Amino acid sequence: MVNDFVVDLSRAQFAATALYHFLFVPLTLGLTVLLVVMETIYVTTGRDIYKQMTQFWSKLLLINFALGVATGLTMEFEFGTNWSFYSSFVGDTFGAPLAIEGLMAFFLESTMIGLMVFGWDRLTKAQHLTVTYLVAVGSNLSALWILVANAFMQHPVGAEFNPVTMRMELESFGALFFNDDAQSKFVHTVLAGYLTASVFVCGISSWYLLRGRHVAFAKRSFRVAVVFGLLSSVGVITLGDALGYVDAKVQPTKLAAMEGLWTAEKAPMPFNAIAFPLQDEQRNAFEIQVPYMLSLLVTHSLDGTVPAVDELEALARARIRNGIPAVLAMEKLSSSPNDADARSQFEAHKADVGYALLAQRYAPDLTQITDEQVARAARDTIPEVWIVFWSFRIMVGLALLMMVYMLFGTLVSLANEIEKRRWFLRLGLVMLAAPFISSEVGWLVAEVGRQPWTVFEKLPTWLSASTHSESYMIFSITGFVLLYTIFAIVEMFLMVHFVRKGPEEPAPHGAVQTAGGY
Amino acid sequence: MALSRRREATDMESAAVEAYMALEIVWWVLLGVLLTGIGVMVGMDMGVGTILRYVGRTDGERRVALNVIGPHWDGNQVWFVLGGGAIFAAWPLVYATAFSGFYIVMLLLLWSMIVRPLGFEYRSKMPSERWRAVWDSALFVSGFLPMLVFGAAMGNVLQGVPFHFDWLLRSYYTGSFIALFNPFAILCGLMSVSLAVYMGGSALASQAAQPVAGRARTAAMAAAIIAIALFTIGGFWLAGLDGFQLVSGPAPGMQQTPLHQQVVQVPGALLANYAGQPLLWAFPGLAYLALALGLVLHLARRPFLAWWLGALAWIGVMGSVGASMFPFLMPSVTDPSHSLTIWNSGSSLRTLGWMLGFTLIFIPLIVWYTSWAFWMMRGEVSVQHVESSEHSY
Repeated sequence: MVNDFVVDLSRAQFAATALYHFLFVPLTLGLTVLLVVMETIYVTTGRDIYKQMTQFWSKLLLINFALGVATGLTMEFEFGTNWSFYSSFVGDTFGAPLAIEGLMAFFLESTMIGLMVFGWDRLTKAQHLTVTYLVAVGSNLSALWILVANAFMQHPVGAEFNPVTMRMELESFGALFFNDDAQSKFVHTVLAGYLTASVFVCGISSWYLLRGRHVAFAKRSFRVAVVFGLLSSVGVITLGDALGYVDAKVQPTKLAAMEGLWTAEKAPMPFNAIAFPLQDEQRNAFEIQVPYMLSLLVTHSLDGTVPAVDELEALARARIRNGIPAVLAMEKLSSSPNDADARSQFEAHKADVGYALLAQRYAPDLTQITDEQVARAARDTIPEVWIVFWSFRIMVGLALLMMVYMLFGTLVSLANEIEKRRWFLRLGLVMLAAPFISSEVGWLVAEVGRQPWTVFEKLPTWLSASTHSESYMIFSITGFVLLYTIFAIVEMFLMVHFVRKGPEEPAPHGAVQTAGGY
Repeated sequence: MALSRRREATDMESAAVEAYMALEIVWWVLLGVLLTGIGVMVGMDMGVGTILRYVGRTDGERRVALNVIGPHWDGNQVWFVLGGGAIFAAWPLVYATAFSGFYIVMLLLLWSMIVRPLGFEYRSKMPSERWRAVWDSALFVSGFLPMLVFGAAMGNVLQGVPFHFDWLLRSYYTGSFIALFNPFAILCGLMSVSLAVYMGGSALASQAAQPVAGRARTAAMAAAIIAIALFTIGGFWLAGLDGFQLVSGPAPGMQQTPLHQQVVQVPGALLANYAGQPLLWAFPGLAYLALALGLVLHLARRPFLAWWLGALAWIGVMGSVGASMFPFLMPSVTDPSHSLTIWNSGSSLRTLGWMLGFTLIFIPLIVWYTSWAFWMMRGEVSVQHVESSEHSY
């Protein structure tokens, strides 16, 4: 009935295309806001160097934006093409914020970005500044609605499962929107975007300073970006902590994986700073622990505890058993919605529908399920620990590193000694990779940590996938790999080309400027 | 529990049924508006891509064509994104079934569409002739192919699609990918391409300098004639196709799924609504009238007005399709009873209501700022203008 290989290929394709898309999104989010800062300074002070800055960085934004839009189209298609049951299961809830994103945010951003690029000669200064603001507002609102949608996958609130229409139906729009997961993740993600753009601008400015090119331009760009980046890095870490606090409550399995926590322990719990998790044996081959730290970090107290994998699996086994009558009732309600017995059987067990569906992967006929099948399904509720564990540590490590970098950069830049610290400028080039890696592993923590669910505890991943053949999946993956590789090469080529070319210096001899065009 | 509640509040219940039915119809109309929006706005840009190498013989001329739509294509494309999002949110079963069923075709559509932003943004970034020639081809493919698929999808939906559901409402597509390119679907695809070329040609005729404008006018006029011919052939063809008829099922406005109804295939049923409600002939009438008048306006060298008539023609064509299909959204040929109708595949009352609220607020805003954007960028685009501007494509 279900081809595991097709499910795996669908997951691989979605993960690859989402990670790829997420290379471009944070930079767009942050650069639009940095452009607002630069252009505001230009309009209020009238100093041309800020116009030069705005125009140069907006050119790089455009190259990046084009790919963000292109790869974003893929994401919108993929829910339907590859996750068709997921789509009909959540369209009533998840679909709404996605559509509102288009209405409220993406339309604004896309319409205004055209004016931002083409409108320099057509709009007044104030009009153009307004347009730039609207681009930033649009891109940030866009992130808000996408993350409201994503939060529903992580923490499905504001909706109720309907056993006749076989989907989550909206109960409260307010609850959907004010999902605490959505709110903290929104701020965390946009701040990560601001940090990305800051590191990007600092890194490229450092390169100019190392070469002694466009010095005034680079120093000023660096200063604007570094101050902005420092504030963002502090914020991103604070909100990351808040998000961890929310996750601890709503997704204990993700947290257990994040911390490599296999067996129950008493408070105050130690924190595994480094460990080599072995999924099959359910233990860490090696660990370096910091006493008391986990309780402090996660529960913000010394006597708080965090459930471990063994406890969570035991819980899952019970919930699978409890959910089975509900799924059996759904099978009846599907064709006869007015069957009162089936309805009351469903109502009594509805909390655990998702768990029974998870087990159906191993026991298509749930009435015949064995203990061994239940145990296997319960084991599935724990995500790949090593991926989540290490992604989390890389993300946090890089975030701290970027904060220190931004702090030092701010001090040096304000003291006007940036050109003297050549090692620091070289470090800036290396740091260019940091925010991108950090965003990618951040996505892995959030989404691999959510497994084996597409909608946490409601809909298992294996059931969500479209019923395609293997050849369809191989065709599409091949196409994406080819196309996206070409995109990456073209994008890098253009970025490097325009960075090398640098900003247009004001032409002292009245020479013709040829930026933007060719 | 549900039963006792029903006895107590029959009035409220029937009000909810009526409200739900009304919202389903409103969202069916809005679906038509969005698809028409895609045809008009995205189709225009794609039409320009399709005829780019015809209207522009030199690089400078091609840049003129691209810069006419340059400030707007990005915003226009959102109609497409919004169309996808709205189908997802308002018609989840349609989104799930159509997008997964048409898998390979959807990917071809997607891949050709995602090359387009790069074609616009990257083409002018390098002066090399080969670089630009590659992006020209990319823009052609990403103009022609998506509009072909857009129309072909309509054509397939009109004929019915091979899919069915299991008890959990997971959809299974059982047709081949080649079957999606059947003759009727290709005819519909070419129809949509010709309307796109008409829109793109009219836009260029009204805003580009000569000689681009002149060639664009020729293309638009040819496209109008072809569209009229294809629409006529398509109409007769459609009359002979097997349509679908809802035999029994829950009343409109009641909660239901495609597992609760009886549907049969009936020859000629695609014109049944027209027979029942002759007023519906106004839609095909509008399509003919708008295209014919558009042709006349092009002859009278009024390309701007001709563009607006193209938009009316889209309304006529989409309206004709909707009038043929009602109440079906996506019928099934393998198990007609599993057909998707506007009564069994919409989102819940609450979601449709919230979405309508957002739509009523934001669509007027979108129309307002899009108009402002077009107004700010009005005026003729010439080779000289393109080559001297710092910010052109």
